[in-house]
Amino acid sequence: MTNPNNISLNISHALEFIDGHALNIPTLKILSEQGEILDGATSPELDKETALKIYSTMRFIRLLDERMQAAQRQGRISFYMQCLGEEAAITASAAALKQDDMIMAQYREQAALHYRGFTLEQFMNQLFSNEKDLGKGRQMPVHYGSNELHYLTISSPLGTQIPQATGYAYGQKLKHIDKESGELNSEIDNVTICYFGEGAASEGDFHAGLNMAAVHKAPVIFFARNNGYAISTPADEQFKGDGIAARGVGYGIKTIRVDGADTLAVYEATKKAREIAVTTGEPVLIESIAYRLGAHSTSDDPSGYRTKDEEAEFKNNCPVARFKAWLLKQNWLDEKEDEAIKDKIREEILAALKVAEKVQKPALEELVSDVYDTPIPALQKQYEELKEHIKQYPDAYPITAGRIK
Amino acid sequence: MAKMNMLHAINSALDISMAEHPQACIFGEDVGYFGGVFRATSGLQEKYGKHRVFNTPLTEQGILGFANGLAAFGAPALAEIQFADYIFPAFDQIVNESAKFRYRSGNEFNVGNLTIRTPYGGGIAGGLYHSQSPEAYFAHTPGLKLVVPRNPYQAKGLLRACIKDDNPVIFFEPKRLYRASVGEVPEEDYTIEIGTAEVVKEGSDITVLAWGAQMEIIEQAAVKAEEAGISCEIIDLRSILPWDADTLIKSVTKTGRLVISHEAPITNGFGAEIAATIQKECFLHLESPIERVCGLDTPYPLALEKEYVPDALKVFEAIKKSVEF
Repeated sequence: MTNPNNISLNISHALEFIDGHALNIPTLKILSEQGEILDGATSPELDKETALKIYSTMRFIRLLDERMQAAQRQGRISFYMQCLGEEAAITASAAALKQDDMIMAQYREQAALHYRGFTLEQFMNQLFSNEKDLGKGRQMPVHYGSNELHYLTISSPLGTQIPQATGYAYGQKLKHIDKESGELNSEIDNVTICYFGEGAASEGDFHAGLNMAAVHKAPVIFFARNNGYAISTPADEQFKGDGIAARGVGYGIKTIRVDGADTLAVYEATKKAREIAVTTGEPVLIESIAYRLGAHSTSDDPSGYRTKDEEAEFKNNCPVARFKAWLLKQNWLDEKEDEAIKDKIREEILAALKVAEKVQKPALEELVSDVYDTPIPALQKQYEELKEHIKQYPDAYPITAGRIK
Repeated sequence: MAKMNMLHAINSALDISMAEHPQACIFGEDVGYFGGVFRATSGLQEKYGKHRVFNTPLTEQGILGFANGLAAFGAPALAEIQFADYIFPAFDQIVNESAKFRYRSGNEFNVGNLTIRTPYGGGIAGGLYHSQSPEAYFAHTPGLKLVVPRNPYQAKGLLRACIKDDNPVIFFEPKRLYRASVGEVPEEDYTIEIGTAEVVKEGSDITVLAWGAQMEIIEQAAVKAEEAGISCEIIDLRSILPWDADTLIKSVTKTGRLVISHEAPITNGFGAEIAATIQKECFLHLESPIERVCGLDTPYPLALEKEYVPDALKVFEAIKKSVEF
C-alpha cells in the first residue's frame, strides 16, 4: 500500500483476469444440527448464564412472533414481521456485545431488543400504537426503539441505518483519538452493530456506509442477514458475487461468514469482531447465512414464489432446536421444565396483549409534538385549527375528541 | 469588528463552533487540508486535527448518512455538500431520516446536532449543475429548518444559530456572493434568530421580498422604482422554514402590494407558498395580484443565463405592473 492510488503493486506480464468468485469464502460452523460440537471446531467460551439467557430470548421471540402473527390475522394489529429462522443470528450477536453498545437494526431484529431488556409490555405498546408506546404511536408495528437500551428506533427505508452506523461509531471513537498522532490512545468503550438484510445491501447506502467506515476507521460491526430472500426476490436475482462477505474484502474490511442458525458460531464471531473493533477502531463485516423460515411480513404469502419442498428442507435446520439440543447435552436445560415455561409465556403474552389493546391511543398533541424540538408557529396554528374542528365534529374523531382541553 | 467576505464569516462561525464542542466535526468532499473548493473550511484541519475536519469519499448519501449517525450520537455534525445541485443523492437521508428522526422515535433519538452547509444559486456561469436553488424541495419537509444569508454579517450569525439549533438545518450559502459581499463582522460570537425576516428598508407603496443572493437584485430594482416615485418596503426572508409570515403580513397590510422574487423556477417555488398565505391573510388589503419574479420553468441554462435569471429589470417591471394595476 505505498503508491498514491492505494493499491498493491504486483506487476504481471501475463494477461489474466481474476475470476469473480476467486475468493471462495468459508462459512464458520461450530455446532451440528444435532447439537454436537463439530470436529475441528473450538468449543465456545460461553457461560451457562449467558447461554440460557440467549435461549430464553430466542424462545420468547418465537412465541411472541407466533402469537402476534395470529393477532394480525385476527385484525387486532395492522401489521407484523417475524424473526423466524433468524433468532440465533440476532440473539447470539447481541449477546456478544456490551449492554451499552449501540444497535442499529433493519426490522427483523426484535430478539436483540428483548435480549437487552425490552419488556413484553413495551413490545405490546408499540405493536398496538397506544399512548404508552415509546414512539408515541407514530410508526407501523415492529418499528421499535429505545434510548435507554441503546437500540436506535427502526425506520422503514432500507439501508439508511448503514452509513448512520458509521457516523455513530465514529462518534464513539472520537474521544479515544490523540489529536497530534491521530491514533487511538485507548481501547474504545463502545461500538455500534448494524443489522441489514442481503436485499438492503443492494442499496447505495450500503456502499456508502461500508466504504466510509473503512476509510474513516469507524468501530462498527456490519451484520448482514443473508436469508435468501428480499420479499419475493431470491438472492440470485439480488447479486452474482459471493454473497455479501466478498464485498467486505473489496472495501478493505475484515470479514467473516457464519452459519446464522448456529448460535455458537454467531456468538464467537461477533465476540471476536467486537474485540477487533475496540482495539483497532476498524469496522468488521459478518455475513450470517440463515433461511427466512416465515413470510416476509403479514402482507406477504411466500407460496407465490417458493416451494413447499424448499421450506420443508429448511424447517429441519431450526436455530432454536439446534441450540436447545446443545443445552440439553450440557445438562443446562430440562426438557419438561422448558415445555412448562413455554406454556406460561404463552399465557403471559396473551394477557399482555389483552391489556395493551385496551390502552388508549396517544393524545392529539402527539400528532404535532417532536416534529421539531418545539412546534414552529405555522404548525401550532394548524394544531389550534384542528382542535376547533374536532370540537365541532366530536363524533367523527372518537379517539381524541373526549380528551381535548 | 473586522472586514470580512462571506467565506471568512462562515469560516469564523465554524471555527467558534469547533472550539465550543470537543466532538464537533466538519466533513465533506475536499474540506480537509485543502479547505474546501471555495476555501470555507480553510485552516480548520490544522487547528482541530484530521479526525475532526476531514475529507469524505465522494458520496453525498454517505456524507448525510454519516452525519445523521454522528448527530444522533450527540456530536455537532457540520456536513458540507459541495454544490446544492449535488444534494439530491442525499435527499432520502435528509427527507426520510434527518427530518423524521425525532418524530418517529417519540423523541427517543434526534439529530438536532446536524447542520448541512451547501453553496447554492446561479450567476457564475455554472450551467445546469452549479447554479440550482433547491430550497423549495426541502420546504415541503416538516422537521427541517432552512436558512439563507445575504451578507457576511448574516452568514456568521445565522450559521452559528443553525449549529446551536436543536433541529436539523440546511444552510444555503449564496456562492455568487462568497467573495463579492464584504462587510463588517464582529470577531466574537453572536447569533441571529432563525425564523425571523428582516425589514431591510421601510416603504409605503409596495412590499418586495426575496432571500439570499436575490436580495441584491431586488435592492437594485427598488432603487429604480424609487427613481420612478415608488416607495418600496424591502424584506429579507432569511429563513425559508420556518418562515416569518407575521412580518410579511404586517408589511403587506400596510403597502397593499407584494412582489416575491427567487432564482429557482416559478412553478412550486417557495414564492407560491408565500403568495398563497398572503392572499389568505391579507385578502382585504391587497390592491393588486401578488407578483412572482422567478426563474423560468427550465433547467438552469449556460449561454442564456442572463435571459433566464430574474434580474433587477424584471423585478422593476413587476413592481411597476403591480403599482399600475
